Amino acid sequence: MKFAVLVFPGSNCDVDMYHAIKDELGEEVEYVWHTATSLDGFDGALVPGGFSYGDYLRCGAMANQSNIMKALKEFAAAGKPVLGVCNGFQILTEAGLLPGALLRNKNLKFMCRPVTLTVENNNTLFTNEYAAGEQINIPIAHGEGNYYCDDETLATLQANKQIVFTYDNNPNGSLENIAGIINEQGNVLGMMPHPERAANEIVGGADGLKLFKSIVKQWREQHVNN
Amino acid sequence: MSTTNFEPTAEQIKEQRLYADMGMTDAEYELAVEKLGRMPNWTEIGLFSVMWSEHCSYKKSKPVLRKFPTKGPQVLQGPGEGAGIVDIGDEQAVVFKMESHNHPSAIEPYQGAATGVGGIIRDVFSMGARPIAMLNSLRFGELKSARGKYLFEEVVAGIAGYGNCIGIPTVGGEIQFDPCYEGNPLVNAMCVGLIDHKDIQKGVAAGVGNTVMYVGAKTGRDGIHGATFSSEELSEEADEKRSAVQVGDPFMEKLLLEACLEVVKSDALVGIQDMGAAGLTSSSAEMASKAGTGVEMNLDLVPQRETGMTAYEMMLSESQERMLIVVKAGREEEIKAIFEKYDLDAVSVGRVTDDKMLRLLHKGEVVAEVPADALAEDAPVYNMPDEEPAYFAEYQAMENAEPAVTDYKETLSALLQAPTVASKEWVYDQYDYQVRTSTVVAPGSDAAVVRVRGTNKGLAMTTDCNSRYIYLDPTTGGKIAVAEAARNIVATGGKPLAITDCLNFGNPEKPEIFWQIQKSADGISEACLALDAPVIGGNVSMYNERSGEAVYPTPTIGMVGLVEDLAHVTTQDAKNAGDIVYVIGETKTEFGGSELQKLVEGRIFGQAPSIDLTVEAKRQEELLTAIRAGVVASAHDVSEGGIAVALAEKTFGAKGLGVNVTLTGSATTALFSESQSRFIVTVAPENKEAFEKIVTDAKEIGVVTNDATLTINGDAGVLVEGSVEEFRSAWKGAIPCLLKSEA
Repeated sequence: MKFAVLVFPGSNCDVDMYHAIKDELGEEVEYVWHTATSLDGFDGALVPGGFSYGDYLRCGAMANQSNIMKALKEFAAAGKPVLGVCNGFQILTEAGLLPGALLRNKNLKFMCRPVTLTVENNNTLFTNEYAAGEQINIPIAHGEGNYYCDDETLATLQANKQIVFTYDNNPNGSLENIAGIINEQGNVLGMMPHPERAANEIVGGADGLKLFKSIVKQWREQHVNN
Repeated sequence: MSTTNFEPTAEQIKEQRLYADMGMTDAEYELAVEKLGRMPNWTEIGLFSVMWSEHCSYKKSKPVLRKFPTKGPQVLQGPGEGAGIVDIGDEQAVVFKMESHNHPSAIEPYQGAATGVGGIIRDVFSMGARPIAMLNSLRFGELKSARGKYLFEEVVAGIAGYGNCIGIPTVGGEIQFDPCYEGNPLVNAMCVGLIDHKDIQKGVAAGVGNTVMYVGAKTGRDGIHGATFSSEELSEEADEKRSAVQVGDPFMEKLLLEACLEVVKSDALVGIQDMGAAGLTSSSAEMASKAGTGVEMNLDLVPQRETGMTAYEMMLSESQERMLIVVKAGREEEIKAIFEKYDLDAVSVGRVTDDKMLRLLHKGEVVAEVPADALAEDAPVYNMPDEEPAYFAEYQAMENAEPAVTDYKETLSALLQAPTVASKEWVYDQYDYQVRTSTVVAPGSDAAVVRVRGTNKGLAMTTDCNSRYIYLDPTTGGKIAVAEAARNIVATGGKPLAITDCLNFGNPEKPEIFWQIQKSADGISEACLALDAPVIGGNVSMYNERSGEAVYPTPTIGMVGLVEDLAHVTTQDAKNAGDIVYVIGETKTEFGGSELQKLVEGRIFGQAPSIDLTVEAKRQEELLTAIRAGVVASAHDVSEGGIAVALAEKTFGAKGLGVNVTLTGSATTALFSESQSRFIVTVAPENKEAFEKIVTDAKEIGVVTNDATLTINGDAGVLVEGSVEEFRSAWKGAIPCLLKSEA
């Protein structure tokens, strides 16, 4: 399976995402600069964290104007897996690929710490390797991770089981402790915690690795069946 | 219309002594006239004044800096370039440096701290290295005043804002709080980078005819005379100098960083240097001077953010996120293409000449023509008078005495809540300490460890300086600062490689202050030799005074060590119930400058704790040998607050565990003395024999328990007993609590 790691000016978790795939997961991966216009040849797209365009204007807003975003939207529409982490999640909400928005943390400060998440839905292509209700430790590092959406959207998210991860001890004020959501089609996941930072015990944990393994597992099954 | 017309003439500068406003003395002005062979014009006197400021020329500290040992087989680049470089094997090297940004942070704490971070990062990547970690060393007042809290909160926010955005993890540091820093906080930032030997760059304008290019952000009017401002005391009117503080743009620097690291791979690049203090002036003059060449620049070509800027303003601006590079003639387009990818300016602004002059053209005229060496090398060097201050003899004559303590448990709790000792989680929670996914030991243990990707090695790093000891006895205190840094590295499983230092002092023109500088440099040098950790670079920040009151002498030490195998990484937390607790090193009645003395007496006095560097080196070597042999479960150095605090700290991260130990001798000394060269370690019972064989002066004092209780017994029964949670919440809540309380 071949992954693309999108790189915008100011992305800074691109390297982490790249190494998680290459060194820990053992799959193919390439960086794709924001000026590229196609994602042909890739089986999955990863939108990494960081401060694209310095988070100036509004997190993710400028990145959403990049050339690559048109290709990413087509890629998502084709049902291929797209994962946005942290700033990547913010970019996906700006792009309309996921509903809602990320507001400033309740305490108005950046926070970097390990958090415990509950896997609310393990029946997705990103979470099939986790047990239902499994508790996992994955770090967060963000200033604007406070998920918000209107009541109607929330009702839809709940009805469709689109809330994939929740915080056990809500750090940032997120609505309904939401840490990660998936789109209705089930192929676009956005989350504030960093699974790529939890892919090796030497740096404090490997609970995030199963997320990437899930993607590969699903892809293999599909490609064996075809 | 050109504003140049309104500039004073060379005659006016001389007659009205306008150079004095730029911090130059009459004698320095005369020297500049002599070097130039005529009276300098407005732009030229500006060049001289910044380049001859203490900040750029080290004119008053040079005789002190010469004391430092700077050589060793591991040193690839000592002081003199952007940052020092040390070999770590496998054709790789570590690049690091620490720098102060004290005065800007006192005036505009967020931007002052942020640009301090930005500046030191540029120093590291201008060497061609990939920055992999940041640390800092901060000093504030005791968080009692509204202003003090504001400075602390904004400095932390500024460090976080810059480091998080650019994507370099802030993995460690230290903070001390003392009333002496109330009006003049210290903000020292350290950057650590990694480089392959073949990519090492230098800041040289070599090759006559080569092209000088300006890359990065545009030049504005911010930070003009920043270096000059840093070279004088802060006054009550200091706030008026806010325009001398620069504004940082970490996004711009991220682009510049990535572009520069692509450019250093190109053989079209000849030299590269950061435009830091004194901006375009220092980079051009120093690059020419180091190469023995000259540089001619046309300032009309300099990318400008504002209209109508004069040559003087452009040359003295300290706008951030800029670099000066020298490129082989004819290959400018290749370089431009790299910067264009990142939407950055890369403009040819001049060329390398053979006449050793820094020549500046503006609007068709030569506006300055000064020998590059005169600016970069010929600043006067002063041997400042020194005098032992009266307090020193008085303190030395005092006997070591125990502060009066009645309730040991309450005292331990109070010490854990002293902001210097208390948990710094409130601070590091705001720093992204994980980005780049290489942080093996995160903030909160003795030293941070960052892995070297692609190898099984790690880099241990720390910053240290107990300025109270240095105030009481600068020679001894200087030794302790280096020794403690090394203890942190060793306790983590690393071998010290080298240090960078940031010499923060008061006004060197006061003989008592200069004496502190001299003596602490002597102490640092001695410890560097004893512990095989040469000085590979650093910075000097003097004039740290507000309204005539100097800070304690604070020569901060930044140390990097090599962890040969990540399996050696050891942290401070106790690991398993049943493990044996040892103290390494003897405890004497030593309370001069201690946390307990400050707590009980409200001030510090007497003798600093003594230190024997031979003993120190031997203990460190033995502990490292034991750690490498795999027989040490946890290790922690004993510092502020003594053994009681160190023991408590060993339980805070150890889930569900406690310790039960017995200390002998006078209880106050046993619990709280700050005797040097001590560690607390825990060892699994099966490794007892092997451990005791390697570490010769370890004394068994107790055991790790599974009851989450801290119990310390003395000769006559229990001294301290309480739940770990009780102590932890006091320790953890102290800083948030101080920040919330009414000023």
